[in-house]
Amino acid sequence: MARMHVETTINGESAEFLCQPGESLLDALRNELNLTGTKEGCNTGDCGACSVMLDGRLVPSCMVLAPEVEGRSVGTIEGVAQGDELHPLQQKFLEHAALQCGICTPGFIVAAKALLEKNPDPTEEEARYWLAGNLCRCTGYDKIIRAVLDTAAEMNGTNGAATNGAAG
Amino acid sequence: MQSIPYQAPASVSEAVALLGSDAEARVLAGGTDLLVQVRGGVRKPSAWIDVKRIPDLLGVSVEGDSIRIGAATPAAVIFEHPELQRLVPGVAEATDLIGSTQIQGRATLGGNLCNASPAADTTPALIAVGAQCIVAGSGGEREIAVEAFATGPGQTALAQGELLVAVRIPKPAARTADAYLRLIPRTEMDIAVVGAGVALTLGDDGTCTQARVAIGAVAPTALLLEEAAAALVGSRVDDDALARVAAAATAAARPIDDKRGTIAYRRKVVGVLAKRAAAIAANRAQER
Amino acid sequence: MSERKFKQVGTRPIRHDGLEKVTGRANFGADYSLPGMLQGAVLRSPHAHAKIVSIDTSPALEVEGVKAVISGRDFPIPTREGDRQQYGDVPDLANNVIARDKVLYHGHAVAAVAATTIEAAQRGAEKIRVEYEVLPPVLDIESAIAPDAAILHDDLVCQGPAPVPSSPTNVARRTLLSGGDIEQGFADSDVVVEREFTTPMVHQGYIEPHATVVETLENGNVTIWCCTQGPFAVRGLTASVTGIELSKIKVIPSEIGGGFGGKTTIYLEPLAVELSRRSGRPVKLVMSREEVFRATGPTSAGRVRVKMGARKDGRLVAAEVVMYYEAGAFPGSPVGAGCMCALSAYCFDHFVIDGYDVVTTKPRVAAYRAPGAPIAAFGVEQVVDEVAERLGLDPIELRLLNAVQENDVAPYGPKYQAIGFRETLEEARKHPNYSATLGPNQGRGVASGFWFNAGLQSSASVHMNEDGTAIVTTGNPDIGGSRAAQAIMVAEELGIGAEQVVPLVGDTESAGYTDLTGGSRTAYATGMAIIEASQDIVRQLRERAAKIWGVELDGVAWEDGRAVPSNGAASDVEPLNLAEIAAQMGATGGPIVAQAAVSPPMAGPGFATHLCDVEVDQETGKVTVLRYTTVQDAGKAVHPSYVEGQMQGGAAQGIGWALNEEYIFDENGVVENPGFLDYRMPVASDLPMIDTVIVEVANPLHPYGVRGVGETPIVPPLACVANAVAAATGKRFTDLPISPPRVLAAIDGD
Repeated sequence: MARMHVETTINGESAEFLCQPGESLLDALRNELNLTGTKEGCNTGDCGACSVMLDGRLVPSCMVLAPEVEGRSVGTIEGVAQGDELHPLQQKFLEHAALQCGICTPGFIVAAKALLEKNPDPTEEEARYWLAGNLCRCTGYDKIIRAVLDTAAEMNGTNGAATNGAAG
Repeated sequence: MQSIPYQAPASVSEAVALLGSDAEARVLAGGTDLLVQVRGGVRKPSAWIDVKRIPDLLGVSVEGDSIRIGAATPAAVIFEHPELQRLVPGVAEATDLIGSTQIQGRATLGGNLCNASPAADTTPALIAVGAQCIVAGSGGEREIAVEAFATGPGQTALAQGELLVAVRIPKPAARTADAYLRLIPRTEMDIAVVGAGVALTLGDDGTCTQARVAIGAVAPTALLLEEAAAALVGSRVDDDALARVAAAATAAARPIDDKRGTIAYRRKVVGVLAKRAAAIAANRAQER
Repeated sequence: MSERKFKQVGTRPIRHDGLEKVTGRANFGADYSLPGMLQGAVLRSPHAHAKIVSIDTSPALEVEGVKAVISGRDFPIPTREGDRQQYGDVPDLANNVIARDKVLYHGHAVAAVAATTIEAAQRGAEKIRVEYEVLPPVLDIESAIAPDAAILHDDLVCQGPAPVPSSPTNVARRTLLSGGDIEQGFADSDVVVEREFTTPMVHQGYIEPHATVVETLENGNVTIWCCTQGPFAVRGLTASVTGIELSKIKVIPSEIGGGFGGKTTIYLEPLAVELSRRSGRPVKLVMSREEVFRATGPTSAGRVRVKMGARKDGRLVAAEVVMYYEAGAFPGSPVGAGCMCALSAYCFDHFVIDGYDVVTTKPRVAAYRAPGAPIAAFGVEQVVDEVAERLGLDPIELRLLNAVQENDVAPYGPKYQAIGFRETLEEARKHPNYSATLGPNQGRGVASGFWFNAGLQSSASVHMNEDGTAIVTTGNPDIGGSRAAQAIMVAEELGIGAEQVVPLVGDTESAGYTDLTGGSRTAYATGMAIIEASQDIVRQLRERAAKIWGVELDGVAWEDGRAVPSNGAASDVEPLNLAEIAAQMGATGGPIVAQAAVSPPMAGPGFATHLCDVEVDQETGKVTVLRYTTVQDAGKAVHPSYVEGQMQGGAAQGIGWALNEEYIFDENGVVENPGFLDYRMPVASDLPMIDTVIVEVANPLHPYGVRGVGETPIVPPLACVANAVAAATGKRFTDLPISPPRVLAAIDGD
């Protein structure tokens, strides 16, 4: 079977790759593009380790076929930090010790970033339900949830001041 | 799996033609059930027909007296639609219960219906609100009531070459509301052990004038329960009526024992959920 | 020691490997690739119990892209000779890696294929022809020990004190601990509670599937990249199974995506080695999640009968515990450890602990966090709770009346040195969660737990850089923040900041021999080696300063990362800081490096007390955990955030085990839930915040007082949740999991 040529955008840059037609986006990212930050934990959509953004929506990349991303936009963990600046979530995960083994961490950060973009001030319950598709077996989630809520508080502090100024 | 050919038609007619010419081709919507089945060797399709590039299958719109949901619309997009949330909160709830946030970004309403799992969360919710499936084939479109769409586990009323295009939900009448509840062992990520959807209309005096009750995961297909509905109609949805709803749901259930639940448990709990969903729907209708 | 004022120990620096992990750069097992690498697939048994009559692997080679195919008969016949028994019986291990004559569980590896693509390897595996003679499966303890049971191993002779079954048998070992006069003890008791408990097989549930890449060279040298808790164990065991000389094998541990004991053994590595040898190319083998569930690491299903007697004044008098643990396909359940832990938290004048290791046609069990202890505690801590209830005593009060303390003797022999069990009980009793108001259908549970912790062998080396920073290398993969703790220990000794130390995980050729990351031993034992090496570095730094100043060694003291004059010597010189001394290394004697090795025979045991509040939906039987509190003696918390993390993570695993996790087997021994959808581990919305209280009663065996913290937290939760559900419902739950159908049936009296 001939491999398919796919043109897409990954982390804001145009990219192209060859893939089998039935290959998952997860495998294409990892094997064709060497973007191994996206992890495979189950390949059945049940663990969240392979979370990526597809056209601005959080999806499990194991449940996307690689050819589907033709002309679309994919965001992975590798694109979360900007230059040498960590995203506030990444910094808070470090400060809160919100990772132990770290295999689930990329998926959590991609998913939590999607949460804060949609809901900048989530309650603990909202954060827990949004992240229920990301399994972590090490932490009991406590420090992860704290890191996410603290990130929201910090980002809102900044944003809040700016908004108040604008509204004032 | 890797070498299965992939095509993404741009129109319903193109998709129908592809499906008509290859009985083993499978429609790829969100893929959240299908990809797992194919990887597990349960299905071996000859081709993927990705329908997510067909505009007719995408999006939620409220037109005239009905709500139209494109079959390839992801659950998350449906749930986020403010007017749909307001009009049919039970259907919105069901879409919000399908899998994780990630899965909801992929899993589609059409996929949930076509996978025809007896435990599909949207099915009882859609049956309760009287939703219709809009199906396209080579000869044009036809409508199938949601309760008639699944004919058994993994089986649907679709003929070869037919494509589920959309689901049409009638706009609820005045003082009408719906609710959907399911029971899972965890708080998220599980398949429903039982599910129950209820839609009802209250008269000005608070008496129920119309009701539809549907239950899931307790029979080969979701069931529309005439008796449970009859228990509500004419009542003020009081404890006595709710107890009769519960009893009717329990009596109608024909569940199996499996890794997700026992017969005895499902029978009991489907009654509990049916009465709770009815109470929620009644409260919502009160407020309208 | 207890007076020591720490500057770095007890602080919470950002972990050194954190940046790589939050940005996706860290390389885990499946993230390695080599040029020309083949992909492998494993053919697994469709039967739970069968003889392999014949295997024909040749059809696989006809598939395009297939480069090598192997079966069990391509490996040397395993023998019990040799010296690498420390990780278990080598023939059993070899037969578990790949079946030779018999398959003993559904999913047991029988052949493996390497090909240019994963699809070709899978197609090749499907072509292999295996003829089986199917035998009856043996799926639970009752049928395994029945007189007419199908026998798994014809050569299995039961070990342990009489009376034990004469062969052939499925009972591999009996463990018996006793003291006092058990009959007299029950006769002296005012209250006797007796119950039988069962727990199902559960999996460690690490999120990273097993993965390995192997390269073999023309000279026979082998390099293995893999995710493991013990690279030296992988080297030794792979040498034993493949017959390759140990010195020709190099194991490079990747970052590890969770293990919890499940990555202390080998599964894929010998297969990849043999496929690589035969194909002459690097080979990658990665398990699917389904393979992880079917063929790796569950812990035992258990059946535990507990009989306990107490006097009216709350004094526990006698206890008899009989435990049967399923080992799966090969002997080696953790029933021995279960026996050691069952009654070790309380003083009993009269006790019998009787444990049986039983083989069944299920996956071979592997270590899982405090192996064996949670199963025992599920029974014992519920019976303790019930004794308190019968006597009208507060459950913490009863535990305080009977808690072991320094100089008490554990049932398995040793006398306790300083321990913090009572302190955990006191702190739990004081915690606001113990007095929080409960609503309708809510209940509160208490349970405690004990784990003995391990010492074993460790080594560490510390190297000074010319700028005064340091590098510490050990052979322990970092499974939950140990590198940060190791850097803190070096920093503490050298008097610098933890961020000035680079902690490294070495491979088997760059680190000295070190036992597994496991047994809660890394911060303790490897930490001892690190501290010793760091102290050697400090001595060398003082020597260099003495040389620069022209004084004797005792004229130089080390304070706050600086050499300062002492004993009146050279009192006119300015102190030399670490960077200044390091900059002159070349002129003062050359590189400054140190290494140390330790082999502590014992470790200080860990104790914990947990509190759990639940609410039970009386109509659906669903249990919601409202509050959860863990109190644990850490001896000394080196990096408190990661100590808390261990406490929270262990509690979460235990809550999952209590409420929803279980292997579900069909009548043929096939696991029906080999995935995260139906193997229901807790998700974020299932849990509340998990409150932690770290108690610090210094461990006299460690220079900082550290004691292992990783395993103890999973011991109490099973019983703690069960006790809470009992309080909420008035019903005792003796069988796990406490799932909604079970709870509803109990409430309704079905």
